[in-house]
Formats: sequence, structure tokens, C-alpha cells
Amino acid sequence: MALIETQNINKIYSLGDVEVNALKNVSLSIEKGEFIAIMGPSGSGKSTFMNVLGCLDKPTSGIYLLEGIDVARMNRDELAAIRNKKLGFVFQGFNLLSRTSAMENVELPMLYDGLPAGERKEKVMAALAVVGLAGREDHHPNQLSGGQQQRVAIARALVNNAPIILADEPTGNLDTKTSIEIMELFVRLNGESHITIILVTHEKDIAEFSRRRIFFRDGVVVSDELSGKT
Amino acid sequence: MINIPATIRISLRALRVNKMRSALTMLGIIIGVSAVITMLAVGTGARQRIGEQMASIGSNLLMVLPGSTTSGGVRMGAGTQPTLSTGDAEAIQKECLSVMYVAPVLSGVAQVIYGNQNWSTGITGTTTNMLQVRDWPLSAGRPFTDEEMRSASKVCLLGQTVVDNLFGGINPIGQIIRIKNVPFTVVGVLDAKGQDPGGHDQDDTVYVPVTTAQKKLFGTAFPGMVRIIMVKAKSADDLASAEKEITELLRQRHHIGQKQDDDFTVRNLTQMMQAAEQSTKVMTLLLGAIASVSLLVGGIGIMNIMLVSVTERTREIGIRMAIGAKTWDIRLQFIVEALTLSMIGGVVGIIIGISSSEVVSMLFGWPTVISPVSIFLSFGFSGFVGIFFGFYPAYKASLLDPIEALRYE
Repeated sequence: MALIETQNINKIYSLGDVEVNALKNVSLSIEKGEFIAIMGPSGSGKSTFMNVLGCLDKPTSGIYLLEGIDVARMNRDELAAIRNKKLGFVFQGFNLLSRTSAMENVELPMLYDGLPAGERKEKVMAALAVVGLAGREDHHPNQLSGGQQQRVAIARALVNNAPIILADEPTGNLDTKTSIEIMELFVRLNGESHITIILVTHEKDIAEFSRRRIFFRDGVVVSDELSGKT
Repeated sequence: MINIPATIRISLRALRVNKMRSALTMLGIIIGVSAVITMLAVGTGARQRIGEQMASIGSNLLMVLPGSTTSGGVRMGAGTQPTLSTGDAEAIQKECLSVMYVAPVLSGVAQVIYGNQNWSTGITGTTTNMLQVRDWPLSAGRPFTDEEMRSASKVCLLGQTVVDNLFGGINPIGQIIRIKNVPFTVVGVLDAKGQDPGGHDQDDTVYVPVTTAQKKLFGTAFPGMVRIIMVKAKSADDLASAEKEITELLRQRHHIGQKQDDDFTVRNLTQMMQAAEQSTKVMTLLLGAIASVSLLVGGIGIMNIMLVSVTERTREIGIRMAIGAKTWDIRLQFIVEALTLSMIGGVVGIIIGISSSEVVSMLFGWPTVISPVSIFLSFGFSGFVGIFFGFYPAYKASLLDPIEALRYE
């Protein structure tokens, strides 16, 4: 059974009288442990697809099976629970809570999951250690560099042991050197912990880190290729 | 399932992050709650003082004043013409069934001398009944005897203030004092009573038999003239009938024709006091109501800040939703934030309210009473305000679309 399977997903936005068909019959299958880059020009539907995969948006039609469960018809709160347990998000703008320590930022998903305090602290420390930020748990985002902030965000995505990390242009706000470091972290997480990583990017050299590249254009998957790299 | 302790922790964290804004939001509630407490304290204090004063002048009292209220179309003040006599007082005592005690009063101001001390005070010529009428016990000595009343003996009872001013530490019983140079033997001392509703010191007085006052101290326009007749009705329910009986009796005794106006006035003191008490009650309610408006405004302030806060924190809400916050997680967060603000504001407001009522009673000498009810009421109300005005912003926040919220700059 595939980790993620989409069948004929359509997403139609109504902007006044005009209907925009952002996704047209997208059918994809993603296995556990894959490292995928989703590429395409802006307006190609790649972000819409990420939002659907991330259970932040519902497809207008079609089936989305996550671990065999159809999540396309779930309500808001059920989707929130799925996001909490199955998905980790990494954003271009980091999206950390400002004026809140790294520790508290990473702790957040577990607060919504209702874990006891002792367990939360233990897991936060472990996650921060994995991303190489051990000892920085009391730093606030404005005391951290861009790369470090993104690492905190990755720790937050990891902390609930989600099998999937969705990264939307994770290196968009970072310089080349830091971008490579972040991408190497993703590669390591993918290799060591078998976390499925799906990232959206328009940079070819970032996409090089992945093993499978999916191109979108005008809401349609135009190519889906495995790279030679393993 | 919603995790309440976690939600509370999240809310408290959010409040801590915005200390200044949290403090300013609380200010509205603080002012509202302290205003409610202070106003109610002042109002309740005033009411309690009037109640005490009512008890101090005696209960179920009627006062008969001489003089016409209207005379040939010209309205005259009560007490302007001497028309009452000891005979009237005796007749009231004898004839009126609703009346318990009657005490005629002929009073004036005179200098009282003891040794080398002197004191100017009100001299009240009256009968022993006065003590019953005024519910006024003696702290020492004895009242006038019937024999002393009949023979216009030169005996007197002293109020506590007079005792303090003339005698210092000496026991006044049996001592001779001079009133208008007439020597009087002190036979008793009146218990201390304090101020009357008008703020006069009731203890600054000397009681002498009415007969003595008429014959030896104050001149009278006709024999047996008195200035006032104090009447104690049998009960509060008898006040109205006593008033009617007295009016009928005195009209008859004074030979007043059907179309003529009374040459006396009967005043219901107890009713006047009750009216005064009633008006303070209304005042208390009014003050409380005005103060509640400020509490309401404080609540609207909370809603205002919470709405601004929701807009300002749209992105934060988006992040929270993305990582798994459910509808009620978000709602509770904002409700708990509003509730915390209003409850802390309530507690601080109670403290400030209590201290400011202390300050009011110190500065203006007004008695203030802080009732536990007003504390519970304003605390409960501020909690209610927090939930009520926190709900709409919380509801608004929970309806945000996570994608839109995450994109919000």
C-alpha cells in the first residue's frame, strides 16, 4: 500500500465569475521513504497540490488516500488531527512563533496532542539534537540565524514522529551555503529515519537532492522522473 | 479531545509575550471593578449610617409642632406660633389609643456652670417619658420622680458631652450646677448616643423637668406652653392612626373650625428617616449602575483588543492550525486569554476598590462598607465579561482558513 495515493484530484477556485482549474486529474502515488521534489513555474498548481497533500485544503473532487485512509472528505478538526500526527510542515518563511523560545516552538505540536510535560521536554531535546541545535532551546527566533530558525522549524516537524515532512520552498529565504546544509539535513533524515520528504522548489540545484522529481504545468503533472542519484 | 491545561498554558504564554497590551487591556476591567466596589461601598456605608441614626433618635416617632402651616393665605413655617401646651400632651397620652408615650418639650439654649467650668448647651424641659420616647437609657443616676415633675424641682439629667466638658473625671451625680444662675442638682447621666441624622451631637444636652423649664428658666407666652410634643406610637403600623388621632384631638382642643387650617403640624419622623434611607438605597443602585457601565466599557475594551489581537496574530493562528490546533483549541485559547485578562483585572480591581473606599472614608469622612456580595458580584461579572466579550474574537479566529492565515503578512 502506498503511503500517499491521489486519484483524479481536481481543485477548482472560483474567483468571482471566473473558475480557475488549479489541479486537473492529478493521480500520483508516493511510497514510504521517498524524497520528492515538486517543481514547476508559478501558477502551475504545485503549491495547491502541496496544500492538498498537507490537508490544509480539500480537493474539489478526487480521492486522497493517506496511509489508505480517504482524507479528502474529512472535516476541519479531523484534518487538524491528521496534520498533527502524520505531517510535519517546513515553510519558506520558517513560520516560528516570535518572542517564543525554540523549546516552546518545538513543543507546540505536542501541546495540541496532549502529551505530558516530561515526555514533551524529552522529545523537544531529542528533536533539537537531531537538527544540531542542542543547547539552543532557550533562544528566541530573533536570536537565531535563518538557517537555525529553519532547523527549529524542522525539529518542530519531526517532534511528533510524523512519517511525512512537507517543505514548501524551505531554502527560499536562505543563502546557498545554508541551503545546502538544510538540504543535507533533509537527506540525512530521509536516509536515517526513512521519513518521506516532499518539497516544493523551483531551484534545479535544490531539486538535485531529491530522488524523484514531479513537474507541474497548468495544473497537470507533465513529468514524473526518478533521478539517477540514489 | 481538547486539552484544557495545555490551552491554558498556551494562552498564558501568549499573554506573557504581549505584556504591555495585556496590562492596558486589564486597565479597563480594573477601573470598572474598582469603581463598582467603591461606589457600592460608599452607598452601603451611607445607608448603614442612616440606619444607625434612625435607631438613635428612637423608633416610631411623631413630632407635634405648634404654629400654622398656612395662615390667611400666607404660609408660615411650622413652630412659628406657640399653640401647644402641657395639657395637649397629657390629652394625647390619655385619649389617643395608638400612642404609647408622650413627652412635651420646652427647650432653649443656656450657659451651664459647674465650679469654674462653663458650657453653653441646649436645655430640654421635658418629662420622664422622654427617655422612653427616645429609647434613651441612663448610664448613671435616676430619672425625675413624679413629685419633682409636679413641684418643678431644680433637678437635671446631663448628656455625656456636657458631663465631659463640665466635670472631667468627677462623678456628676449629686453635684450642683447652675443653669442661667439657677442651681440644679444632677440626678442622672444620659447614655452616649452620638450624632443625629442632621449631624448634631445628641449628647450635648441637659434635661430638666418641663415644669421647671416653664417656671424658672424660659418665659412662656401662656402657662403650660411647650415648643414641641414628641410622641411614640405603639408600633410602626400605628404611626398613621396615631397621626390621625392626634390631629383630630388637637383640632378639637384648639377649637379649630371645619374650614380652618390646623394651628399645629404633626411630623412623622420615622417616615422621614425611612424616606431618607430609601433615597440612599436608590443612590447606591444608581452609583452601582454607573460603575457597571464602566465595567461594561472595560469588557468592550477587551473585545476590541482581542479582535485586534486576532488580526495581528493571523499568521500565528495559521501556524497553530497547520500543526494541529483544532477549532476549539483556537477558540479556547482566545477565550482563556480574555478570561485571564478580565479575572486578573477583577482581582486587581477589587484590591484597588477596597483601598480607594478606605481612602474615600478617610478623606471625606464618609462611612464605607465593603460587602462580600459586591466583591463576588464584580468578580463574577468581570469573569462573565471576559467570556462574553472574548467569545466573538475567538470565534472569528477559529474560522480562519489556515492557508490564508499562513500567507498573511
